[in-house]
Amino acid sequence: MDFLTLIQLLDSTVRLATPLLLACLAGLFSERAGIFDIGLEGKMLAAAFFSAAVAAITGSVWLGLAAGIASSIALSLLHGVASITFRGNQLISGVAINFLAAGLTVLIAQDWFQQGGRTPSLMGGGRFEPITLPFADALASVPVLGPIYAELISGHSFLVYLAFAAVPLTWWVLFRTRFGLRLRAVGENPAAVDTAGVSVVALRYAAVLICGVLCGIAGAYLSTALQAGFVKDMSAGRGFIALAALIFAKWRPWYALWATLLFGLFGALETRPDVIQAVIGMKVQGQLLGALPYIMTVIILAGFVGKAVPPRAGGEPYVKER
Amino acid sequence: MDVMPKWAEVVLVPLISLILAALISALVILGIGEDPIAAVELMVTGALGSTYGWGYTLYYATNFLFTGLAVSVAFHAGLFNIGGEGQAMLGGLGVALACLLIPWPHWTLALLGASLAAALFGAAWAAIPAFLQAKRGSHIVITTIMFNFIGAAVLNYVLVNVMRPAGSMDPATARFPEAVHLPTLHDILGVVGISFSRAAPANITFLIAIVACFLVWLLLWRTWLGYEIRSYGKSEPAAKYAGISPVAITMIAMLISGALAGLMAINNVMGEAERLVLNAVEGAGFIGIAVALMGRSHPFGVFLAALLFGFLYQGGAELALWTSIPRELIVVIQALVILFTGALDNMVRMPLEKLFLLLKRKEA
Repeated sequence: MDFLTLIQLLDSTVRLATPLLLACLAGLFSERAGIFDIGLEGKMLAAAFFSAAVAAITGSVWLGLAAGIASSIALSLLHGVASITFRGNQLISGVAINFLAAGLTVLIAQDWFQQGGRTPSLMGGGRFEPITLPFADALASVPVLGPIYAELISGHSFLVYLAFAAVPLTWWVLFRTRFGLRLRAVGENPAAVDTAGVSVVALRYAAVLICGVLCGIAGAYLSTALQAGFVKDMSAGRGFIALAALIFAKWRPWYALWATLLFGLFGALETRPDVIQAVIGMKVQGQLLGALPYIMTVIILAGFVGKAVPPRAGGEPYVKER
Repeated sequence: MDVMPKWAEVVLVPLISLILAALISALVILGIGEDPIAAVELMVTGALGSTYGWGYTLYYATNFLFTGLAVSVAFHAGLFNIGGEGQAMLGGLGVALACLLIPWPHWTLALLGASLAAALFGAAWAAIPAFLQAKRGSHIVITTIMFNFIGAAVLNYVLVNVMRPAGSMDPATARFPEAVHLPTLHDILGVVGISFSRAAPANITFLIAIVACFLVWLLLWRTWLGYEIRSYGKSEPAAKYAGISPVAITMIAMLISGALAGLMAINNVMGEAERLVLNAVEGAGFIGIAVALMGRSHPFGVFLAALLFGFLYQGGAELALWTSIPRELIVVIQALVILFTGALDNMVRMPLEKLFLLLKRKEA
């Protein structure tokens, strides 16, 4: 494998890891606050549709992004109402949200565009265009570092840089602010937070809302940056891979970055069987690569390679004692 | 604290949830510019207006009976098995192997053998998540989700690389031999002189599914093991104190659950397609969740809910055929049923409890 192929491979790794990373951080906020969220997939899908649809109608990708985030927040609030206010089963609510998004996106897409559940292809201002970082062209001829800067680091869309910036930001919010401390506490021991006079309900809603915003960006990225338009079921299990990455990362922001990059690399390799064959001298089935994130997560969950301990109060509705 | 009479708990709460789901579905249909009443009429004639429609309704209902029972048994043990989809997929693999590798002399023997294979493969696919939950405390919801994806990859690999007949481009197995062809409802009802559509896929598996309902009821409410499963599901510490082994019950409940999900393959793989194709399960594993929730995890409730979803599925297909309402409407209805009967259960229950409390006070 030559250097340029490696750069290309890592470049598509970054592209494929971005939605996983955003969704993974979304799940991180929610689950750290004690709200399990298996509805990441559905929120991403809804956001992917509404951002592509609004971008197609208005021609503005920014309005599209706003619509995507709004739709994802709406589903988040539904999850919040079900699991915080009415203390319902968070897992069942998540399953319902996934199906709601899968059905409604196609129904509305068919009603609005009559193209069999897809949106028209986005052009021009309807998409997030790649951003060329300063001096990328000038430095491209520098050996080794030039291509890395020009091909790998430069030339991604705004949302990719946003996703990578979200990692230190998440770390800072969770581990260096009062809000973050309380948010983590509410996922471990809500009664203690309540005793301290801080509202458990408000904190959990805040976490669920942040989760909605991040899932919304992830979905918008799928349909307005990674691809040009929405197609049925385009999230294609990414919400669940993000969930796997979250466990893999043991609910930590920096680990989340490495986990999603690793799973992104698997995705990139899946499209380049020739590269694998050249490197390890053996043919690897595409299906195996596709299933690898799930298999690795099961192994991690089994506790054979370092135990993943979820937030202690995860999945349990908080009932104030009377 | 039982403030509600039993009938309210068993009938009223699910009924109100269902009505809420139906109302919102009607709003969705209105929202996409179609007439909900006309849609319901079309669904009823399409699904129940002919023996052809009934044949499809019962065929789908058979799938949902198995997956619904699978989810229910796990629910009773306090476990949420989202892996019905993957377990049914693997059950299909078991059926295909049994039908293709063994030269069965008669369909009755083939049915027995294939059922065994389907149950074994389904149970095997539930065994690893069950073991990890029981022994290492890994959350069963996450592991069963992961196993759905791993199962899809396994099936994809097997169909593309191993079981695909030479020269065929289709990722599917060869057709099963004529000897393993299961009698359809057309054949069965023909014996007693009732004419039933020949084209519809409903087959003898429907009767097996009804027997399975009865057996699950027997298991849960009339055996020692069923009692242990239910006590474990109600309270783990209490069950432990009573000498019930959490590991054993988790394993047994999940193996039964997986076997039931796997048995669905008798219907769709052996009874209908007569070969194993990719995506043979078509989401029936997930519909099992809605069916179990709506049926309150009771076999009779599951039976009614499976019939309702069979009707919705066939009616939805008719809608997609004759109107511009896509098939995905059913996915929306399914989501709303899961939402209202599962997650927003308390939203319905809390005001009802207040109402009954008020009535009680007036009486006193």
